Amino acid sequence: MALYNKTIWELRALLDKKEISPSELLSSVMERISSVDGKVKAYVTVLEDYAKRQIKNGIPQGLLSGIPIALKDNMCLKGERTTCSSKILSNFYPPYDATITKKLIGAGALICGKTNLDEFAMGSSTENSAFHTTRNPWNIERAPGGSSGGSAASVSADECIAALGSDTGGSIRQPASFCGIVGLKPTYGAVSRYGLVAFASSLDQIGPMTKDVRDCAIMMNVISAYDPSDSTSVPFDRPDYSSGLTGDLKGMKVGVPKEYFIKGLDGEVEANVRLAIKKLEERGAELIEISLPHTDYAISTYYILATAEASSNLARYDGVKYGYRTEKAEDLIDMYSKTRAEGFGGEVKRRIMLGTYALSSGYYDAYYRKAQKVRTLIKQDFDNAFKAVDVIATPTAPTTAFKIGEKASDPLQMYLSDIFTISANLGGVPALSMPCGFDGKGLPVGFQIIGKHFDEVNVLRTAYAAEEALGIKDRKPEI
Amino acid sequence: MQYETVIGLEVHAQLLTRSKIFCKCSTQFGSEPNSQTCPVCIGMPGVLPVTNKEVVNMALKTSIALNCKVNRRSRFARKNYFYPDLPKNYQVSQFEEPLSEHGYLDISVDGKQKRIGITRVHMEEDAGKNIHEGVVGGSYVDLNRTGVPLMEIVSEPDISSPEEAKAYLTELKIVLLYLEVCDCNMEEGSLRCDANISVRPVGQKELGTKTELKNMNSFRNLQKALEYEITRQIDVLDDGGRIVQETRLWDAGKGITLSMRSKEEAHDYRYFPEPDLVPLEIGDEWLSQAKASLPELPAEKRVRFISKYNLPEYDAGVLTSSRQLADYYEKVVSIYADSKKASNWVMGELLRLLNEEGKDIKDLKVTPQDFAAMLTSIDKGVISGTAAKTVFEEMYRSGKSPADVIKEKGLEQVSDSSAIESAVEKVIAGNSVQVEQYLSGKDKVMGFLVGQVMKQTGGKANPAMVNTIMKQKLEALKNK
Repeated sequence: MALYNKTIWELRALLDKKEISPSELLSSVMERISSVDGKVKAYVTVLEDYAKRQIKNGIPQGLLSGIPIALKDNMCLKGERTTCSSKILSNFYPPYDATITKKLIGAGALICGKTNLDEFAMGSSTENSAFHTTRNPWNIERAPGGSSGGSAASVSADECIAALGSDTGGSIRQPASFCGIVGLKPTYGAVSRYGLVAFASSLDQIGPMTKDVRDCAIMMNVISAYDPSDSTSVPFDRPDYSSGLTGDLKGMKVGVPKEYFIKGLDGEVEANVRLAIKKLEERGAELIEISLPHTDYAISTYYILATAEASSNLARYDGVKYGYRTEKAEDLIDMYSKTRAEGFGGEVKRRIMLGTYALSSGYYDAYYRKAQKVRTLIKQDFDNAFKAVDVIATPTAPTTAFKIGEKASDPLQMYLSDIFTISANLGGVPALSMPCGFDGKGLPVGFQIIGKHFDEVNVLRTAYAAEEALGIKDRKPEI
Repeated sequence: MQYETVIGLEVHAQLLTRSKIFCKCSTQFGSEPNSQTCPVCIGMPGVLPVTNKEVVNMALKTSIALNCKVNRRSRFARKNYFYPDLPKNYQVSQFEEPLSEHGYLDISVDGKQKRIGITRVHMEEDAGKNIHEGVVGGSYVDLNRTGVPLMEIVSEPDISSPEEAKAYLTELKIVLLYLEVCDCNMEEGSLRCDANISVRPVGQKELGTKTELKNMNSFRNLQKALEYEITRQIDVLDDGGRIVQETRLWDAGKGITLSMRSKEEAHDYRYFPEPDLVPLEIGDEWLSQAKASLPELPAEKRVRFISKYNLPEYDAGVLTSSRQLADYYEKVVSIYADSKKASNWVMGELLRLLNEEGKDIKDLKVTPQDFAAMLTSIDKGVISGTAAKTVFEEMYRSGKSPADVIKEKGLEQVSDSSAIESAVEKVIAGNSVQVEQYLSGKDKVMGFLVGQVMKQTGGKANPAMVNTIMKQKLEALKNK
């Protein structure tokens, strides 16, 4: 019996009934990795020994006992290489665990590997990884999306049971959309960022990437909690995230924002998303057309704030304390310059320069401060919309997976693939992507559901109903 | 041309918390390099800061003591620059929204009161230390100090002389010591002071071009550096030159200031709000708790000492220069009524002995009870004032009671009139020249003759009795 292609909840039952053992399950996943990762290249590091050690030392009882989970390689795992897919951290072994790592391990999860990403989570295709480009399991010539492309591909190709990604401007949802899986960016502050290597602190959020909506809820029940080590984490009453998975949407109001159905949105994507929205109505939801008027400004706002924060967050990679240091340097400044010139890839350098510029004396008001004001307007758009509706339904990305190399030389085109996902990060609201159909090339189409702050329950409720109604979740890529 | 000086001071005070500002590492001074570090303070990837509430408390108390308006919502900000002792390559500080603003501190120079405005009080983290000495082919970095909490107190440019600058820093130090938020050791760097200084022709409204002075690690150096810089700036202007806006370092060895970097070379710190920390909200309860926890401040104490103990302003100033000294004095006068006499003794003998040895009132072995008993012994004529100095010095060294010291040293005052009479007679017999002078009307030699008696009796003779008897004997000679 193949185990690797099952969901958490299916495996939970098998494990609890002792029909299978964690070792069997781990072997099944490891065999799957051996057989397909040569093509998919989802992983930076496979942690077979680590996971075996966990089994040997005894797995804690919990929601994820014995379940192999992959971590995006920007989350710290004590004693194991954590690279951010960057040369500058290629030899970095953190002496501490991220809070979410502790939570996963505490819930019994087996950490089966660290997945590939665009360097420091900057990108939409994993082409910016310093190591290799991950392939889309649905079509090896195509990008898995990014930056959590490795996590998305590993879940989609059944190289793990579930994974964690991080989402700063769509980095969970866009790859989830491209790879046909479920990905949730939780409310900002719902999941601890301690131990997540920062890209843009005010936007970064860790979230689950899973094979279905039920698994997503289970993962949220494990990872979401207030963390005193993260000052931006919020003390809140944690709900049971599975509580809304009924399939029924009676009484729910679903907003459909006109700004998300625009020129540039692929026709097949639109058709599939419209169909999914119709399914919501069939399940009892009321559809309401709404407006999020500042959506147009989201990308420019994002690329000022995110790069400004990144320029400061990435300053610590200087060759002094850890990570890569240049071989030969004349003096201190030369050491800094060469270390960073050699250690960072092109996109990271581009964003550091953009952010440095945006914060410079004389430009701060025109860029950073203005962007903060627009961010407030975008938040208000959501606040206003959510007075009338419970969730908002949109496409996740304007297209299905693009070809590898297609946009690599045009950063602006690449940035546009996050056009529908960025606003949720700026507003701090939860947003989920799930597959809602396939285009003519057989590539999955992503459907995005955005919710109110800390109202992941209704996002998951809506997603679950759509998943049931659409009936496509068992379709798997052929690798 | 006549010039006037404009000075503003920026003081950095290391706060006396046990742990660092954003992590739980110890702040202890002088430990093994890098032994007091953790992933947070050495800036490892993915770590996050958590604000130490005690740091805010201390800065809050200081803000209130300096009459500042506390911002109910303030923010930390990142100050970005690359340096190896700064592991994140940004310092978490406060910028646009500091903890408090618009305060003042009253100082007194030559008996004249002056109010110096306080622009702002804010919190920030300290950097580590680069070590170059004894390292071949590179440098070491010690990050123990990284993340030690600092409070920056910025004054308005209200200071007009090096003396005022010294008085301001002195008064500020006393306040910080009263609040027990900083140990104010300038040599060890727990209190650091930079100065912005400019001169302008008297009568000119707009400010002259300023320079920023750094590296003045004592009160003396602060004053000397400012004096030097004023002269330098005036010389430049008098020679028809222009002051360059720059940062200058005080070289204490050479006694001069040297250019460190010009305005053009100044860093662009690219400040922006620290996204890893939420805004700091100070609620009513927190503020009122901080207010309630303030001790009586030096200025209030001075006023109370003047009225309650009938002391001159000078005495009140000296006695309240530290909380412990003031407390000691108050314990003495709670037992011993002559507050001025007690003040004279505390300011005189007590502080002399402490200062000679560079010691603190905390090190004093003499209890306030013994101190009061010693003063009472003088009043009761048990010992003379001269002998009392010897007694007190022994009390200071050994911690013994005055009674024991008097007994051991045989310093009890001689009030036996026959013994004094014979001593007086001996002195009259042995100092005929002075006696003749007295008899011819020079009353002043009386003091000399009395002094000789005191000397002969080892300071133990009751001075009042010596006086009386000496006078009797001399008058008798006169009338012969």
